[in-house]
Amino acid sequence: MARAITSQRKALNTALAWGVGLLIFFPILWTILTSFKTEAQAISDPPVFLFFDWTLENYSVVQQRSDYGRFLWNSIIIAGGSTILGIIIAVPAAWSMAFVPSKRTKDILLWMLSTKMLPAVGVLYPIYLIFIKLGLLDTKTGLVIVLMLINLPIIVWMLYTYFKEIPGEILEAARMDGATLREEVLYILTPMAIPGIASTLLLNVILAWNEAFWTLNLTAAKAAPLTAFIASYSSPEGLFYAKLSAASTMAIAPILILGWFSQKQLVSGLTFGAVK
Amino acid sequence: MGRITLDKVSKNFGDLQVIPPLDLTIDDGEFTVFVGPSGCGKSTLLRLIAGLEDVTSGQIRIDKQDATHVPPAKRGLAMVFQSYALYPHMSVRKNIAFPMKMAKVPVEEQNRRIEAAANALNLSDYLDRRPGQLSGGQRQRVAIGRAIVREPSAFLFDEPLSNLDAALRVGMRLEISELHERLETTMIYVTHDQVEAMTMADKIVVLHAGVIEQVGSPLELYHTPRNKFVAGFIGSPKMNFIEGEEAAKHGAHTIGIRPEHIEVSGETGTWSGVVSVSEHLGSDTFFHVHGTGLADTITVRAGGEVGFRHGDRIFMTPRADVIHKFDAEGLRIA
Repeated sequence: MARAITSQRKALNTALAWGVGLLIFFPILWTILTSFKTEAQAISDPPVFLFFDWTLENYSVVQQRSDYGRFLWNSIIIAGGSTILGIIIAVPAAWSMAFVPSKRTKDILLWMLSTKMLPAVGVLYPIYLIFIKLGLLDTKTGLVIVLMLINLPIIVWMLYTYFKEIPGEILEAARMDGATLREEVLYILTPMAIPGIASTLLLNVILAWNEAFWTLNLTAAKAAPLTAFIASYSSPEGLFYAKLSAASTMAIAPILILGWFSQKQLVSGLTFGAVK
Repeated sequence: MGRITLDKVSKNFGDLQVIPPLDLTIDDGEFTVFVGPSGCGKSTLLRLIAGLEDVTSGQIRIDKQDATHVPPAKRGLAMVFQSYALYPHMSVRKNIAFPMKMAKVPVEEQNRRIEAAANALNLSDYLDRRPGQLSGGQRQRVAIGRAIVREPSAFLFDEPLSNLDAALRVGMRLEISELHERLETTMIYVTHDQVEAMTMADKIVVLHAGVIEQVGSPLELYHTPRNKFVAGFIGSPKMNFIEGEEAAKHGAHTIGIRPEHIEVSGETGTWSGVVSVSEHLGSDTFFHVHGTGLADTITVRAGGEVGFRHGDRIFMTPRADVIHKFDAEGLRIA
């Protein structure tokens, strides 16, 4: 029997959901608002919410002081490059795990996931040394490789879950219909897995874009992405809240816009298979 | 042509032998049904013939050619799956065209065959729809259409009707039988439903634990089952088995009597008993009777007008000419 939900109850739930949603969004909203205040208003007590003198000064200062375009370009290369490289490696891996599993497939998957539980700082030293040896320090290539490796377990897991959902009988039907392995992949599997591959791509671009630990530790000037751009405004001396907020807003804007337009895809991708 | 021969074919999954070596010949144009309870190996046997599983030992010949190691697509067989296995991202037309596209059939010929199949299967109005927009019966027709256009030497059906509701199942059963009459192509049909087996087959292969228990026409299996397993599996309701003193009177370890071969009466008969359940179907009535001096419940099939109720004492007389006799191993005594 369907559970009866009164309209009162429904209104309460809606209000609660909005409350939680706003609570989560509030820091971002506050950052954006602060970026339009003067430094004095930014630290005023009591804080002002909407009624202040809106100014674009912080943005022009940030733009003058540092080269936003270069950081943005580095972010795009690093996030995009690591995701594409990861997908290229993960597709065949997830493929074989889903369709020709061995006795150890589950163990390998869990082991891969377990690497995500390791504190990143635990391997910082060896990776730093390797980077010096290979001349990868402060290069985009180096960061593409590291971020790809960091996110590879998630990419493989997501694709594996997708491929698992494709019924084996459909592939067998294709085989009976005379499709070679290449044709099976081209005409049947890939078209069926496209929504899955797309949301995996999207999630990993976001993860790589937001990644701060490795990008801050392995770059200096040349390869620094937007995370380093923000960090450069959190100086230990002096308070530049408004400028820091402007820098943050500029750094998160691209990914926020991407996330906004692809939220439907992203949600359906993450909840895929939960409800048939 | 579609004569399929299995020569000492066996299948192991790891250490588990699911099909011990078996021999079987399916003649050209024959409608053969593999029937048996779940897990008896009937689907595995079909998949071995299809080439979707590799045989562990033995040889499969299709039209005298050794096909044991030939890939599925090259065997000239078409398969219809239980789940339909349609390509969800393609229209009905493209689904049906797919095997022809793979075989590089010219487009005009493809269209001709699609039209013919669509007409035969009442799919003409749905050619541009996706499988998701079709009902279960329509989907199964598309799957059959996809099989027909290949013009295979044999059709393989893997429980094609078990996802359909009862009414539709009867309809599709007839359609597949008609298709066989029309095409006269070899068909191998796997089912666990003995009614499907009895109504559709030229030849039934009864499987149990990977072993062929009996091969024969539906009526052969009904009238002269080779052992107790076949006797119990073929026929509905199930045959009654009686052991002990009553069986000994007939010189057997066990005797079997089909429910429809027992006469009931209110006054006199060979055995007596008390009705525990009576099921009135209108055309027939089934009585489940606790027989006096008999170990198990006896099922009796009587006419629709026979009106005994729960608790009534009735008398039952088996027809002497259709009593099946089995020895201690369960094999038929001639």
